[in-house]
Amino acid sequence: MARITFREAISQALREEMYRDERVFIMGEEVGTWGGTYAVTRGFLDEFGEKRVRDTPIAEGVIAGAAAGAAMAGLRPVAELMTINFAFLAMDQIVNHIAKLHYMFNGQIRCPVVIRTVGGGGRQLGASHSQTPDVVFAHFPGLKVIAPGTPADAKGLLKSAIRDEDPVFFIEHATLYQMRGEVPDDEDFLVPIGVSDVKREGKDVTIVSYSKMLQAALEAASKLAQEGIEAEVIDLRTLRPLDTRPIIESVRKTNRLVVVEEGWRAYGIGAEIASRVTELAFDYLDAPVRRVAQAEVPLPYNRRLEQMALPQTADVINAVRDVLYLK
Amino acid sequence: MAELISMPKLGFDMAEGMLQEWLKKAGDAVAEGETLAIIETDKASVEVPAYRSGVLLSILVEAGTSVPIGTPIAVIGNAGEAVDLAALGQAVALTPALVGLAVKEPEPVTPAAVPQAPPEAPVEPEGGHLMASPVAVRMAGELSIDLKQVTGTGPGGRIIKRDIEVYLKEREKAPERRPAAPPMPTPSYEPTLEDYRAEPLTPMRQAIARRMVESKQQAPHFYITMEVDVAAAMALRAQLNGLSKIPAMGLPEDEKISVNDLVIKAVAIALRQFPNINASFAGNEIRVHSAVNVGIAVARETGLLTVVIRDCDKKPLAQIANEARELAGRAREGRMKPDDMVGATFTISNLGMFDVDDFIAIIVPPQAAVLAVGAARRVPVVDAGGQLAVGTRMKITISADHRVTDGAEAARFLQAVKAVLEQPLRLLM
Repeated sequence: MARITFREAISQALREEMYRDERVFIMGEEVGTWGGTYAVTRGFLDEFGEKRVRDTPIAEGVIAGAAAGAAMAGLRPVAELMTINFAFLAMDQIVNHIAKLHYMFNGQIRCPVVIRTVGGGGRQLGASHSQTPDVVFAHFPGLKVIAPGTPADAKGLLKSAIRDEDPVFFIEHATLYQMRGEVPDDEDFLVPIGVSDVKREGKDVTIVSYSKMLQAALEAASKLAQEGIEAEVIDLRTLRPLDTRPIIESVRKTNRLVVVEEGWRAYGIGAEIASRVTELAFDYLDAPVRRVAQAEVPLPYNRRLEQMALPQTADVINAVRDVLYLK
Repeated sequence: MAELISMPKLGFDMAEGMLQEWLKKAGDAVAEGETLAIIETDKASVEVPAYRSGVLLSILVEAGTSVPIGTPIAVIGNAGEAVDLAALGQAVALTPALVGLAVKEPEPVTPAAVPQAPPEAPVEPEGGHLMASPVAVRMAGELSIDLKQVTGTGPGGRIIKRDIEVYLKEREKAPERRPAAPPMPTPSYEPTLEDYRAEPLTPMRQAIARRMVESKQQAPHFYITMEVDVAAAMALRAQLNGLSKIPAMGLPEDEKISVNDLVIKAVAIALRQFPNINASFAGNEIRVHSAVNVGIAVARETGLLTVVIRDCDKKPLAQIANEARELAGRAREGRMKPDDMVGATFTISNLGMFDVDDFIAIIVPPQAAVLAVGAARRVPVVDAGGQLAVGTRMKITISADHRVTDGAEAARFLQAVKAVLEQPLRLLM
């Protein structure tokens, strides 16, 4: 076990998989010479050389399209889109090609691309550089979508993603890179894709979250415990395929659910989970499912306004009180 | 076409207006824009013009009267038109908008949206719709709780899990939690009775004391005794008990049908013929119950208990026997559920097993009657031919509430019970 940062965890995963499998290579903007915008691939160019650590032009469509082609030809690219906001420039390549080729060619082609990208706000980067449109990518059959919230999950899931035969969209969070956590040293430490994880047990309310918002959920749970309310916190880890089994089991125990996401409420992750819980645990609900999400505005640049618009721990606590009829 | 004119809303927070003065009378012609009346609000007196030409057909609110906004104050229409107020009620004229008077203040500015705006307010339920969360509904079903008895503390009166839990606690604590009832009047005492042992009244004794006093004080009891020839009934019983049991009938091998079971069924059949006895006095009405639920008195060390078999008129003898045995067993072991003890519409008390010939029972309020059953005995009887013979006789005594029934009816009821028992194949009807 080692206590490392999220950044180091990602970096280790990449390095270990590149040693393990020659076909794995990295491509993206500033991944080589610069060492990565978030310093994830610092030193990789020297270690692995130009062929396996490729700087690309600022052209997301090309990055995703070339990665798709390389994967179809037998390589295992880990392509980086500097932020998820720019992924929109590669939508056609991602959702129409990468996600669908295996299906449309009746299994003759595999497209084992891993697209790494960074999402989320909170650093005053402005509306078009701070989005959390995870749900948009999770909507498409054919694409696996992962969003880890801890260093251990980040490492284990990235390794699983690289070894997976299917295309994976891997979403990191800009403000989580500094987060420290225990990570097993084992080079074959893998976290299974498509499995949610109970991060904290409780009996009074279920809080579901992932990525950065997991921290808000855990913090809220901690504060609520002081009032005698024990929250069960479940980390989705994978958005597609969505593992609702622990959520259903939890709701059967607690009768109440709050979903916390950084994206917008309308048509979001919470909407999907609330629907599934209504379908599968209807008779166990004591209150409607509450969703905590970003305000329905493009994220402001102004620091205070940005913080107001993003979900905070207090919002989670309020939502929990709501479903406990404690207001 | 005739239309209603209503009290207009002449100010942002105006709730009612006083019709100060009518400037037109019923029957007057009115031109569009002409002033009809003056209305006084708490801020000013305002003229109300007609929004159309026509004839003021009828004035509905007299000068000097205050009415809430929206109340019809007059009818305007064409000359000679009939005024049908009921029909007009469906088509109230849009007077406020057409009066054309400025609203007192501008609409308040909508506050800026708060980031975590609460979800849209739930649609208000229509009156009478019972709301409960899914888990509350499920719990109520499993615990035999009637949701109508539960107070909902959720939004809009929604019954939530917590409310079921509270109700359950109350239900369990009910016997002890009843507020300490005022002590009952003590009989006058001779001062010499000093040597005694005081036994505090158990809640059960208190309840029995209270109810029996109430019954004797309020229900004017009268009593009728009848002797029943139960030879045929006993023979049928022996026959039934001698049959090898069909498993589907649910009657265990070693369990028998008792004489009391026959009486219960006979009473149920008779109550169908005399529904007025399956009733309760309720102040200014008599409630004739739809179901025939017969209570049986069960003796326990701690006191007398009544257990209830529901719908006795609809159940076959075997089922009645089963339930009676099971309920009596539960009662003796103290394993009663609240539902077992409520809802009786008639009670039967049988002291035959104590060698009693006949006795007089006290009516259990709010029922209209109770039947006291004595032992079946071999006695000398005079047969049809006038000869002395040995017969089997059982005495039944009804105590009936004279507010609900009278001697003749009660007697005929007893005759019906007797008829079933003396020709026991009637138990099949």
